Amino acid sequence: VTDAAVSHPRRLHLNPSFVIVVVGLAAGVAAVMVGPAGLPARGVLLELADRLPFVAIDSGLSDRQAAVLWQLRVPRVALGAMVGASLAAAGGAYQGVFRNPLADPYLLGVAAGAGLGATAAIVGGVPSTSPLLPLAAFTGGAVAVVVTYALARLGGSLRTTGTLILAGVAVASFFTAAQTFAQQMASDTVREVFAWILGRLTTSGWGEVTLVAPFLAVALVVLLVHRRHLDVMAVGETEAASLGMHVARVRFWIVLAATLATAAAVSVAGLIGFVGIIVPHTVRLMAGSSYRSILPLSLLGGAAFLLVADIIARTVIAPSELPIGVITAFVGAPFFAVILARSGRSE
Amino acid sequence: MSRVIATVLVLCSLGVAACGGEDASPTTAAPQATTASTGASQATTASTVATETTAEVATTAADTRFPLTVASEAGEVTLESAPERIVALSATHVEILYALGAAEQLVAGDLFSNYPAEALDLVQVDSFNLSVESVIALDPDLVILTFDPVGAVPAFQAVGIPTLLFETATTLDAAYEQMAVLGTATGRVEEADALVRQMQADIAAIVEDTRDMTAGLTYYHESDPFSYYTPNSSSFIGQLYGLLGMDNIADEAPDDFGSGFPQLNPEFIVASDPDIIFLAAFGESPETVAARNGWDTMTAVAEGRMATLDPDVASRWGPRVVDLLAAIAAAIPAS
Repeated sequence: VTDAAVSHPRRLHLNPSFVIVVVGLAAGVAAVMVGPAGLPARGVLLELADRLPFVAIDSGLSDRQAAVLWQLRVPRVALGAMVGASLAAAGGAYQGVFRNPLADPYLLGVAAGAGLGATAAIVGGVPSTSPLLPLAAFTGGAVAVVVTYALARLGGSLRTTGTLILAGVAVASFFTAAQTFAQQMASDTVREVFAWILGRLTTSGWGEVTLVAPFLAVALVVLLVHRRHLDVMAVGETEAASLGMHVARVRFWIVLAATLATAAAVSVAGLIGFVGIIVPHTVRLMAGSSYRSILPLSLLGGAAFLLVADIIARTVIAPSELPIGVITAFVGAPFFAVILARSGRSE
Repeated sequence: MSRVIATVLVLCSLGVAACGGEDASPTTAAPQATTASTGASQATTASTVATETTAEVATTAADTRFPLTVASEAGEVTLESAPERIVALSATHVEILYALGAAEQLVAGDLFSNYPAEALDLVQVDSFNLSVESVIALDPDLVILTFDPVGAVPAFQAVGIPTLLFETATTLDAAYEQMAVLGTATGRVEEADALVRQMQADIAAIVEDTRDMTAGLTYYHESDPFSYYTPNSSSFIGQLYGLLGMDNIADEAPDDFGSGFPQLNPEFIVASDPDIIFLAAFGESPETVAARNGWDTMTAVAEGRMATLDPDVASRWGPRVVDLLAAIAAAIPAS
């Protein structure tokens, strides 16, 4: 099943980390330059260069253009990068800890649980700028992942790829239904919640970035610290235990951190699916199956992927915007089918 | 000074002519609002209904020189001068701005801004899939929204664009208040004052002319032919029927969440057997209703007491509320 921790097959001649960093930076710069407000590309580049240390250039942007760039576009790009990084890293971590190639925040029901938590908080009167919102989302996501795991164990072997995902589908359906009910109870917030179910990045300034940054930082650090443990667990839980690893404790921290990352992302961007599937699997193809590289590269790759998806969401029906969840699902569902076919063959 | 204002308020609330607004002729006051109304609007001499709103209009009139500060659900905002490039992301507020004579100050509406006909020439912005940057690209000096699902209000504020957020009015007075604030914000206080007074007078006249015939009639107002969410008497539209003394069958349905729009079961509607049915949904007509299974057993369907209302007019809280009330009154068979 796995060649983890044994070798790092280099299937591309270019260093995969280098490729992903370059793609990520290019996506970031492109995302800052593209937009219907019609900022001059040269002015944007000069304005960005102006912020580099020891550089002082007059970009020629008007005050309002500079405000659009720094108050709206840059925070949106930062938010997209953070959300993408979190969902991809969480997906990679779930896949490792559950030893299941289809595990993903969306398919495990964690995103739906986080969505219910956040919706309940909004309906209950929690303002969208309160740190209670990501915490409520985390509570919902944590309940969902525990229920999914318990249900999969009840349903038979966790090693069967399908069981965990079927449990996740059942949990996601239930939580989505509960969320719809919570929505109906508060008709004046329905439209806000609805926009948010489709998954979208907003152009509303730095507030959301600073709201979730601390949660994401904690979650991602915990995940990165445990990336070697994931390699050991990939060999098998009994083997990991015989090597002196406290499997249950490690699993607890990884699931907790992945769920926190998911909840923070969901609470600002809604339900964006498939990022946690597409990115870690692409990284595996490029850099091999060791979690020492999968987790950090998924983080970078997730950021790059979501930025590209956001550029498409903003331009494809411009001047209107498409919810970004539509784009990720459009790419992700066929990708999911491919992974499903491959994992079916290997079993 | 405050004593002077207080005195003016008292006089206004007593309906004393010194307030000035009520002898404004229909031609100077809000032509959009009056042209389409029915004969009932001829009775403009009917005394203005003295409500609190009249007094509010008077207070806003007290300080109308720019720079000035106006308040909405997006908080207070200071306008340095009268706006010249307004983006109104709501068909209702586009109608109000035209009625105030602010057409030349308006550059964009939303996808539903279809009245008056000139509004179709505005730039049309998709307010449901709103792109904040595409609005900024229009270089607005005032943005008006009715809802904000994507965090657009803080975004406009971040780049220094004055922004007003008016949620769907749930009472006539709230609608008048929005008109008054828009009048102040656009430097058209007198026009807003006149518009509100004209509407109050027209509504009072319609009520006076028809209430004897309409009081006590039961009705069903259909705005959602798919899941039958129906306005009850506490909703904006229900209050208009309430002015005519009519009884809403939806009032018997539980409205647990207080939305003003309880969901009715079609069996309940048929069993309620209202005196008259109003259809305010796109694609519905007396024929489509009569063709529904079981609905032909209702007296109103069998005897053809059904009236079609313009869905646009029936879902906006602008100047054409008068037209809506007139259409409702006109549908009542004289008995």
